[in-house]
Amino acid sequence: MNNIIVYCEIEDGKVADVSLELLTKGRSLANELKCKLEALVIGSDLNGIEKTLYPFGVDTVFLANDTRLYPYVTAPHAAIMIGLFKEEKPQIALLGATSIGRDLGPKVSSALHSGLTADCTSLVIGDHYEKKTDTKYDQLLYQIRPAFGGNIIATIINPDCRPQMATVREGVMKKEIMDANYVGELKNIEVDKYLAPEHFAVKIIERHIEASKINMKGAPVVVAGGYGVGSKENFDLLYQLAEVLGGEVGASRAAVDAGLVEHDRQIGQTGLTVRPRLYIACGISGQIQHTAGMEESAMIISINNDVNAPINKIADYAIHGKVEDVIPKMIKHYKANTK
Amino acid sequence: MKGLKIVVLAKQVPDTRNVGKDAMKADGTVNRAALAAIFNPEDLNALEQALRLKDKYEGSTVSILTMGPSRAAEIIREGMYRGADGGVLLTDRLFAGSDTLATSYAISQALKKMEADIIIAGRQAIDGDTAQVGPQVADKLGLTQITYAEEIIGIKENVITVKRRLERGVEVVEGPLPLVVTVNASAPECRSRNAKALLKFKHARTATELQDTSEDYIDIKNDRPELVIPEWSVVDVDADPKELGLSGSPTKVKKIENVVFTAKESKVLSDNDEDINELMRTLIESHTIG
Repeated sequence: MNNIIVYCEIEDGKVADVSLELLTKGRSLANELKCKLEALVIGSDLNGIEKTLYPFGVDTVFLANDTRLYPYVTAPHAAIMIGLFKEEKPQIALLGATSIGRDLGPKVSSALHSGLTADCTSLVIGDHYEKKTDTKYDQLLYQIRPAFGGNIIATIINPDCRPQMATVREGVMKKEIMDANYVGELKNIEVDKYLAPEHFAVKIIERHIEASKINMKGAPVVVAGGYGVGSKENFDLLYQLAEVLGGEVGASRAAVDAGLVEHDRQIGQTGLTVRPRLYIACGISGQIQHTAGMEESAMIISINNDVNAPINKIADYAIHGKVEDVIPKMIKHYKANTK
Repeated sequence: MKGLKIVVLAKQVPDTRNVGKDAMKADGTVNRAALAAIFNPEDLNALEQALRLKDKYEGSTVSILTMGPSRAAEIIREGMYRGADGGVLLTDRLFAGSDTLATSYAISQALKKMEADIIIAGRQAIDGDTAQVGPQVADKLGLTQITYAEEIIGIKENVITVKRRLERGVEVVEGPLPLVVTVNASAPECRSRNAKALLKFKHARTATELQDTSEDYIDIKNDRPELVIPEWSVVDVDADPKELGLSGSPTKVKKIENVVFTAKESKVLSDNDEDINELMRTLIESHTIG
């Protein structure tokens, strides 16, 4: 009762990174709130999965293990989550802001009439005083997120409804093992208690899911392009530079919207969050929507023909010039200096 | 198959994707009022999916349902110019301040009056980016939800087939009607305005707009009732005011901070060989690259 529950997504038989990141965050929140950290895992063929979760400081693993529960479909997962939450009454529930978490979270929050905040970039415990009713609330979850295209940062609270629900994108929180020898308790969920035939109304007929070939999170160097790159041909230069430097190619939403590059590479509030050693922003103006996903990079170089582009304000080096002139020179001088 | 009754959920949003210099205030924050009001982009993708179903299944109709202030009627007209048959504006001061859950409740109450076979919405709106209203409407109505749709492939014997676009691939699913589908930006773009529809609907107005207008619309209202866009209030949709606005919203905004760019000491380089050579050497020596 009154604990923190993290919904753990299953990917290829393993718990997804985003869920492990949330468990790490959940552990520190649980320490502050002096409550338990619990994980809810729903899927099939998951015997032993709890052992991969305990090291993150998980006190209880609720496991729903049934062949009908993988791959993910909304209704059965929602029914189990809603049923469990009604019994366990968690104070906080966290989900990944993925196509699963953003499908499941709203459904569950509606059914429980609890508040849900999407795409949080920070989760903090804090108090609240409500003037109108003269009520003091202790230790609420501050759900902090950019809104309005990233132009404002809003702190959202759910004073009266439980659980306080939030989704967080992959890469926003850090994944860290608390104690490799930590052991929690496994509680198997009897799924038939929650499931009914109508929960299986949606059927998956075809599924082509591939492991992403893009390893943006692990890349030491990210070469990102914006609308200012101008063309697909110029984007090829970014790929060449990324290859030479051992990095990945990213993009701003404007470049993705303009069809210059695929959506998987989008960095920013509605895309990926990256913290590489070096971020090279090519033809990116630097709207907050984009900088939210890269401002923690150790070093930022901007290439832009507008010296007043906002991105230059957060760049360590601002190169004044055209992307198509600068990148070939960078490649040439990198090669010359590493011979 | 009989014609389908399709309702498209659409929202008028400030164009947060194009924050130009005019919309920036001197202190580096955004002047939200200076942004243009547009048809939420993914709702246009949703409208296109609806119009394709209408083209495919004879006798089908497409209505736009939007919630917002009086001027949100603009997007109903925009939808009609592109092929929708009509729409409803859900508008009432009591809706103000609603979070996604209270909004979903209001919309679901309106939908109860519309008896749709399929409700299609954009995945998310660009002012909030939450993607919550679609699934929450489905939950409030006890309907099946299919999110992240890229293409509605077809409908056969009351079963819809939908291709979903997920982070790492695609999935094709089937579900029974009635249901809620939310559509991604990866779906085909919406068709443009149709000249005939533009002529037909350019005088479409809500009752409030008719009152405010100096033009003489009275005859149109009497002679061509199809041009009157219905406005529904809290009472019209039989909604409980306690479930709306701030009181019906579990989430509260505690604080809003404007994002201000804080300048770093950045070094400005030219694009000549000398500067770039020097930069690459510095990066290699500091082991940032190489």
